[in-house]
Amino acid sequence: MTDDTQQVSTARLLDRSDERVKHADTLGNTIRAFVDRVRSGDLGSLPVVVGLVVICTAFESLNPVFLAPNNLVNLLFDCSTVGVISLGIVCILMVGEIDLSVGSVSGFASALVGVLWVGQDWPVAVAIVTALMLGAAIGALYAFLFNRLGMPSFVSTLAGLLAWLGLQLYLLGSSGSINLPYGSPLVNFGQMLVMPPIVSYVLAAVASLVMFVTSYRTAARRRQAGLSASSLGRMVLKALLVTIVLEFVVYYLNLGRGIPWMFGLFVGLCVVMNYALTRTKWGRSMSAVGGNREAARRAGINVRRVYLSAFVLCSTLAAAGGVLAAARLASSSQQAGTGDVNLNAIAAAVIGGTSLFGGRGSAYSALLGVIVIQSIASGLTLLDLSSSLRYMITGAVLAIAVIVDSLARRSRLSHGRA
Amino acid sequence: MTTIPDVDQAQGGPREPVLSLRGISKHFGAVSALTNVDLDVHAGEVVALVGDNGAGKSTLVKILAGVHQPTSGTIAFGGEHVVLSDPSTALGLGIATVFQDLALCENLDVVANIFLGRELNPLRLDEVSMELRAWTLLNELSARIPSVREPVASLSGGQRQTVAIARSLLTEPKLILLDEPTAALGVAQTAEVLDLVERVRARGLGVIMISHNMEDVRAVADRIVVLRLGRNNGEFEPDVSNQDLVTAITGADENSVSRRANRRRAHQSPELGR
Repeated sequence: MTDDTQQVSTARLLDRSDERVKHADTLGNTIRAFVDRVRSGDLGSLPVVVGLVVICTAFESLNPVFLAPNNLVNLLFDCSTVGVISLGIVCILMVGEIDLSVGSVSGFASALVGVLWVGQDWPVAVAIVTALMLGAAIGALYAFLFNRLGMPSFVSTLAGLLAWLGLQLYLLGSSGSINLPYGSPLVNFGQMLVMPPIVSYVLAAVASLVMFVTSYRTAARRRQAGLSASSLGRMVLKALLVTIVLEFVVYYLNLGRGIPWMFGLFVGLCVVMNYALTRTKWGRSMSAVGGNREAARRAGINVRRVYLSAFVLCSTLAAAGGVLAAARLASSSQQAGTGDVNLNAIAAAVIGGTSLFGGRGSAYSALLGVIVIQSIASGLTLLDLSSSLRYMITGAVLAIAVIVDSLARRSRLSHGRA
Repeated sequence: MTTIPDVDQAQGGPREPVLSLRGISKHFGAVSALTNVDLDVHAGEVVALVGDNGAGKSTLVKILAGVHQPTSGTIAFGGEHVVLSDPSTALGLGIATVFQDLALCENLDVVANIFLGRELNPLRLDEVSMELRAWTLLNELSARIPSVREPVASLSGGQRQTVAIARSLLTEPKLILLDEPTAALGVAQTAEVLDLVERVRARGLGVIMISHNMEDVRAVADRIVVLRLGRNNGEFEPDVSNQDLVTAITGADENSVSRRANRRRAHQSPELGR
């Protein structure tokens, strides 16, 4: 009799035994599993949610403009520039390296676009592509220094920080800044262009629909293969919740100017990056190299090429962020990419849940983290605080984020969650 | 009867070895980890590599896995001269390795580790098929693993070893290198691994197994190759006496093992005399 039951339920049993809590069927079990996970240091996006609630309550009580639709729309415009840079930082942190020069690279790219487009009368598209390609070349240089000469990325990118800043100042010459023409497509994109309301509603609906369909098909395949799968009810519930939240956000932002296309571009990049990191062999290799470089090498992964791809992506996205920043400010200036851009981009990735120690991270951490960082910046600007105070507060937030990351990592290690 | 030489010939003599090492040396700076090592492995043969700590066993395995490159010497695999310049070359030829340190990525789950570097459908990972195949491989090893979707960090030493062995079987290799495969395993899992080694041999694959456990070695090995201080120090049949094996491993009749045995004998004999 026992033999019989074992035979029948072998596939299911192996998949599910000892794991009832994690593969929770009921809502209560799901919540309990979540609490367990957080306790063991697998925080996920919890710090971001808590942080955002605290930030919103604090700033809203100090200045009611903070949560006004138009302020949020402006916030999204600002998010997109640093966010794209932060997306590159996620890539480089995944393999356990760092790029400290993203600010300078973005400033250099913005200066280059100004010089080539306005100064030299190149077509704007060619100027942008040139900037992106030079960004890629900078990443390739770092990868060469790292792979072939064994130079720690910390040092090479610190050198790059100075070098590309110097190049930016040289390009801009004595004038110090180049104004980009108002009314040009690039500047419009950075300052004005928002989605028509109907497009934004449809996009939000399509997003949740795609999410539902993919999870439904995965569940069907898993069930066919005799593995456990989430129930239809849960998937419908989840999809409904996501739809409601997304559509509400879209509705609220449409009370103001609407959702910037630039933010749409940023979110699109996040989605693509998330797919690449989680659903492709390349993404697996990135996590593997970040988790255990030697193990990845022995598994036959070309570790050098993985590092090359990470460095190149990081610098290219930094350059793209620089172009967006130039569009946002309608100028290429000596200040572009200096100051807190570097640290904001890194802090955003870490706050969003990408580990500084490699092997753990998600493209969406750039999205979530940059919203937190920009909310703080926006709130402090609304309070009319001096930049001295803003730097100090942002610095403290970064420190707290890294402390949370370190503590969570220690807890994960002791709970066997790597 | 002349059948005995015939059997011998059928088992090993005239057949081409799967793997043939000639004069392999490896220097790490001033240290010679391996000096002029020769080794043959035939299809359907289990060769046990034994030796004391520092004898060069793991270095030899790493050379065969493509992790280290030999300073001199030649490697022939399947009758052809090969250069194992990196791990992917070795894997591509059909040499699978279970390393002593297991070489798993603790941040990835069991499925991702088993398929690392050989994922199905690179541009749109086929997670369902990979998970199924992972369960099949683990079941063959009678693994006790709660979930293949938990990071390897949450597994015990024995479970990790099973995962590492399962990974080596994924690609249908021609030669399997097992570096201390049973070191962290329980009684049942050890028996499963030894069974597995025999099954692999029955399929006509070559196996090189490193172990300090002489019982395991005698149980499955067709041939025991002794390394000492980075040199070949004798080849034995599995029925060799313990005395001879220990002498070859330690390099002297007079060694700590024989001294200990003598002491015990000396201690026991007065009692027997009474």
